[in-house]
Amino acid sequence: MTLTTTTEPMVSQPYVVCGVAKETPDTFTLTLEPEKENDRSLFQPGQFSMLWVFGVGELPISISGQALQRDQLVYTVRSVGQATHALVSQKVGDGIGVRGPFGTGWPIEAARGHDVIVVAGGIGLAPLRPVIYHVLLNRKQYGRLTVLYGSRSPRDLLYRRELSSWARQPDTQVLVTVDYGGLSWRGHVGVVTTLFKYARLQPARSIAMVCGPEIMMRFVTRELETHGLKREDIYLSMERNMKCAIGFCGHCQYGPYFICRDGPVFPYENIRTLLEKYEL
Amino acid sequence: METLERIIAEHPFFTGLDRDFIALLVGCASNVHFKAGTYILKEGDPANTFYLIRGGRVAVEVVAPQHKPIIVSTLSVGEILGWSWLLPPFQWKFHARAAEDTRAIALDGKCLRIKCEENHDLGYEILKRFAQIMEQRLDATRLQLLDVYAVGR
Repeated sequence: MTLTTTTEPMVSQPYVVCGVAKETPDTFTLTLEPEKENDRSLFQPGQFSMLWVFGVGELPISISGQALQRDQLVYTVRSVGQATHALVSQKVGDGIGVRGPFGTGWPIEAARGHDVIVVAGGIGLAPLRPVIYHVLLNRKQYGRLTVLYGSRSPRDLLYRRELSSWARQPDTQVLVTVDYGGLSWRGHVGVVTTLFKYARLQPARSIAMVCGPEIMMRFVTRELETHGLKREDIYLSMERNMKCAIGFCGHCQYGPYFICRDGPVFPYENIRTLLEKYEL
Repeated sequence: METLERIIAEHPFFTGLDRDFIALLVGCASNVHFKAGTYILKEGDPANTFYLIRGGRVAVEVVAPQHKPIIVSTLSVGEILGWSWLLPPFQWKFHARAAEDTRAIALDGKCLRIKCEENHDLGYEILKRFAQIMEQRLDATRLQLLDVYAVGR
């Protein structure tokens, strides 16, 4: 389902930075509030906004906050280039243009009554965090919540305090791993797929939501299928360079789809064959 | 009290293994415990044991001169540590350190090699299980090598 609240999708709404939190050496979480009192934003977990850094450019960024928090929008951004660097360098009080929310969300309605398996790699935890918030806020409507999170190294882990707090919630299992660990790291070392053997999964009654680098998602989907999940119960969030965010410009074309309009969240079954295509 | 036979039979690595084979393995097995920080095996040393991990966590490390050791994987309850005992030159290729207090069943590799030579059905069962572990760890290593979370990939 697509949920878009803006009547003029190409017109940015003025927002103001009201919080900047450093997550890792290169990743920051920005909290934005609308400049005008009545500009409230509703979004579905998994959707994204176009954030306009004035004088620099516009970027598609997934919303990483709580969907019910109507007076603020939260984004976790990794500084990897000029535009993202400009975005994470914003200070409290700076203005940012926001378009959206755009795209499809995670299947939180379809997942009601099911176990939810969240598999995230690196910054991929950010678009999945609203799902975790949603399940924990509506705990009785969902079965077991399993979060499998992999990162490059301990210093690259996002939301470390929240990970610990989620792990203490009832009927919730949170497993974290890093690809490489130093001697001071006490946790698991190995790629995210190695966590599956510790997860207490009930595949027949689970829906899996996966976000991370595409190669990682390919390995994860293989693992999920090996563990008995049906393809139709697996969802992935895809990423491509986006410009218009409403399916006009074609920048984010992915086979027969536009990721901005038909995604970013796709049923695995719909894009399974595309994942193996080098040209895409 | 748990017997070695029962512990071995219940370890995931030996799931479904014939009871007669388990009885053969018991003769090569012993209970071991490693305090956190202890090295269980070191690169270059003779490899004559493998371990069924029952509790705790083991860090598999690579050590290079003038670098701090890098942990390339960790192994926990239900997993096995070490297959260098199975193939010549029977030498460890990594360090393994108990990252936490660790309980395991140690299986004497020399003893097992003899039993596998004498009983090829047992040898085949063991090799099948190790081949599966090797395949899983090769897959994981490939993904690890891709360094998928690096900037600029």
